Amino acid sequence: MDKQKDIAKSIRRASIKKNWAMFKQSKLGMIGIYIVGFFLFLSLLQPFLFVTGIWNKGIYDPVVGYSEQFQDFLVVDCPKEYPTEKYKSRTDCPARNEINIRTLFYSDAQVGETIYQNLQPAPPSKKHILGTDPLGRDVFSQIMEGSQVAFILGLLSATLGVGISTLLGTIAAFYGGRVDAYLMRQSDLILMLPTLPLLFIISAFSELKVWHLAVVLGTIGGLGGSVITIKSQALQVKVKPFVDSARITGGSRMNILFSHVLPNVAPLALLFMVFSVTGAIASESVLSFLGLLNIDMSWGLMIYLAQVEGYIFSGMKFWWLILPAGLSVTFLAGGFYLVGRGLDEVFNPRLRKR
Amino acid sequence: MKNNLLEVRNLEKYFEVSSGIFSRNKSIVKAVDGISFDIPFGSSLGLVGQSGCGKTTTARALSLLDPKTSGTVNFYNEETSSMQSIDELEGEELRKFRRNIQMIFQDPYESLNPRWNIKDIILEPLNIHNIGNLKDREEAVYEILKTVGLTPPENYMPRYPHELSGGQRQRVSIARTLIMKPKFVVCDEPTSMLDVSIRISIMDLMLNLAKDLEVSYLYITHDLAVARYMCDRIAVMFNGKIVEIAETEELLSNPIHPYTKRLISSIPIPDPSYKRERYELDFSELDNIIANNSDELPMAEVKSGHYVATHDVKGIL
Amino acid sequence: MKNILEVKNLCMSYSTIEGEVEAVKDVSFSVKEGESFGIVGESGCGKTSVAMSLLQLQADNGKITNGQILFDGKNIVQLNESELRSIRWSGISMVFQGAMNSWNPVVKIGEQIREAIREHYPDKSKDENTKKILELFNIVGLDSSVIDRYPHELSGGMKQRAVIALALSCDPKLIIADEPTTALDVVIQDQILNEIRKVQEVLGLSLIYISHDIAVIAEMTDNMAVMYAGSIVERGPTKEIFSNPRHSYTKSLLESTPSIVGDKVKLKSLDGEPPSLINKEPGCSFAPRCPYKEESCNPLREMELIEINNEHYVDACNAGKL
Repeated sequence: MDKQKDIAKSIRRASIKKNWAMFKQSKLGMIGIYIVGFFLFLSLLQPFLFVTGIWNKGIYDPVVGYSEQFQDFLVVDCPKEYPTEKYKSRTDCPARNEINIRTLFYSDAQVGETIYQNLQPAPPSKKHILGTDPLGRDVFSQIMEGSQVAFILGLLSATLGVGISTLLGTIAAFYGGRVDAYLMRQSDLILMLPTLPLLFIISAFSELKVWHLAVVLGTIGGLGGSVITIKSQALQVKVKPFVDSARITGGSRMNILFSHVLPNVAPLALLFMVFSVTGAIASESVLSFLGLLNIDMSWGLMIYLAQVEGYIFSGMKFWWLILPAGLSVTFLAGGFYLVGRGLDEVFNPRLRKR
Repeated sequence: MKNNLLEVRNLEKYFEVSSGIFSRNKSIVKAVDGISFDIPFGSSLGLVGQSGCGKTTTARALSLLDPKTSGTVNFYNEETSSMQSIDELEGEELRKFRRNIQMIFQDPYESLNPRWNIKDIILEPLNIHNIGNLKDREEAVYEILKTVGLTPPENYMPRYPHELSGGQRQRVSIARTLIMKPKFVVCDEPTSMLDVSIRISIMDLMLNLAKDLEVSYLYITHDLAVARYMCDRIAVMFNGKIVEIAETEELLSNPIHPYTKRLISSIPIPDPSYKRERYELDFSELDNIIANNSDELPMAEVKSGHYVATHDVKGIL
Repeated sequence: MKNILEVKNLCMSYSTIEGEVEAVKDVSFSVKEGESFGIVGESGCGKTSVAMSLLQLQADNGKITNGQILFDGKNIVQLNESELRSIRWSGISMVFQGAMNSWNPVVKIGEQIREAIREHYPDKSKDENTKKILELFNIVGLDSSVIDRYPHELSGGMKQRAVIALALSCDPKLIIADEPTTALDVVIQDQILNEIRKVQEVLGLSLIYISHDIAVIAEMTDNMAVMYAGSIVERGPTKEIFSNPRHSYTKSLLESTPSIVGDKVKLKSLDGEPPSLINKEPGCSFAPRCPYKEESCNPLREMELIEINNEHYVDACNAGKL
């Protein structure tokens, strides 16, 4: 019997190798894996840096850290009308190394003097790779924190959603009749509802924390369109000869449902899971941007802060407040999507090139 | 003394087909239109016919997969030593009765669950019927793998179906089917998707097991040559009816019904010097005659054990 | 009688993730004008690959690595796509496996055949084409109304006849038929085989018939080749091979085919499975399963065909045996 276990292990290893080789063939899938892997690394990097003491929590904590950025500034008096010979438009004054005298409330400095001031948000420097935000917190640390949030939220809601839709889809396929009709109508209803406005409404009723959002997204996603697709897959499995064989042998319906049909529907469900992570990450960032989410730090919140403090229309002057967060959302969501495409080729033999 | 294991009388299976989404008219497709036959213990009956003749529908009805529309199907009940209709069985009794009937399917690639390993696939019937304890069950799987020629069994038990060839998968199906020692096995063209050189070994295996375990087969095929190799008796089906039924050699040497004659004369012979005489037949005429004779017509016994359907075929002879 | 097709040492392999699959190895045969040539073998023996490579229709990852294919004296292996297109259908045409299911379901049959004719004879008028199609239908036994029907309105047998008409539409000199009757009932198969034979006689075509069913090959072909694991193991006149089979595989094939005539004999089967063609080992690929192995058998020896009789070739290992 031990020999069996050895053979079983080697078979599993061989099949994992084969699936990996097939996955590697998909360029899209590989790009996706690299992207997702990069962000995973980021989300694990932060606690590592804190635990090992490389980063001082006081300075680098994404929520409560504060970093002083002192710098020499030339005091100027910004004119009322533009353009002048020194400045082309209003946004050019004060320039990077200048400070408008009207914003100095506590100092006796005069125009033309150089003063040593603390200014947030600070541009990227050796100490802070991506600079600091208006509250003096390290942006890079915030990105890493946001990465953790994105992963947790994405995977949690995806798992929940997929669990629900697989169960419902399989039940609909298996029992047919009224059960099927009801589940399909329910699915149509959910499909028809626009998700974001629904989330706005929910946020008005109760305070949305990350967990709440994950549950809501998971449930809505799970009850929606994927039920229909899983049901059609389950229907195909239901008519296969091995299911007939189990019926003839005398298996009960429950037994056949869980031990025969479900495992064969699972690969498709896994695929859905990967795709729904994309939606979850995007939804979270939208909600945070609108300030509807009760969360300490996330990418959407970073952009929210930038907007609230008025930095969004500053163009490239304060790019580190907006670009890293925005690009992270895009890339991670896109990365998961690409992984899903790669997985699709592994699971769906018809899409394979060879 | 050869009892009958199975007695079928006027088995009918009709399907309702609606002619449109909004139409209330439902036309009836008579897939199986009143067939009768017996299968004695330990003997095998071949059911031969072209696609659409109703042989697969018959198989599914007899293996209790799809319910029949009407007719009587009696199985021999060992506890009461008498024939018992399957209509009387339900619930737990029906489940226990299912031990006696099994089915082997045509497609070796679709008849095994791709996510289960071989051991679990063969274990399943024992688990469903709660036979013995875990150790006994694993022993039984081990033994039956040896019997069907998949040795050494340890190499096969942890494997998954996609790692085996078509012939090996059919052996697994046979092992799973026969581990419960059923009395009646329906075989739906189990070798038609296998390579020619492997077919014989599978068929020989089935013949040997039938002898050892006293199993009766209902062997469904479109290939008369295979039916000849596997079966004691052959029934020829056309459009849902049995047109002729006889012992194998008798049927092949002395066919009476025009359809049987046409069928036999269409089969290519693996001998370039053999001159095959084609027996011509107007099929639309035959169709009409059979459709018009949908009452229960008794079959005429032209010779001992050789029955022919008695619709009026003189017009096309 | 001159040769319409000569295949010399054809080799083709596919590159897959798991390795090189040598699907066709050193295959040589020739087909004369008006002759019917059969290729018989089981799944994976390479017969379909041979057929596809004759028209260079193999999958993207397949490549002809060696050999010549001489059609009417001209080597077609090195031709480019547009030159090949002029040969396809008007020189060599093909009836594929499962072809009856590859009709476009939303286009009428007649229109689909017209499409093929227009490709090769763009100057012909619609009436000329219609007349030609009706002639073809007459030959294959189809009613003239089929020209305006959709595929789903026809039965399997009718669709297959239409496929044959399609293959004949551009007056080819050679037709390759790859298992044209596999999914059909035996009665309809008989009718279709009859039609094919009639067509061959009437039009003087050459035919390559590929099948795993040795009985059909016996009835339909003048000469034949037996393939195993990518190579031809025996080749010669059909009558000769059936009355005097020499290769162990040929003998095993004949001994494992049940028949409805003659005495009921106990048939013999072969142990094992056909070998995997991925990264194949050199040497005789049949040796592991050979039931007639002698002590002189050297499994590492490569196969070569030797003529033992008039046009009857067999692997050297079986040539010396009686």
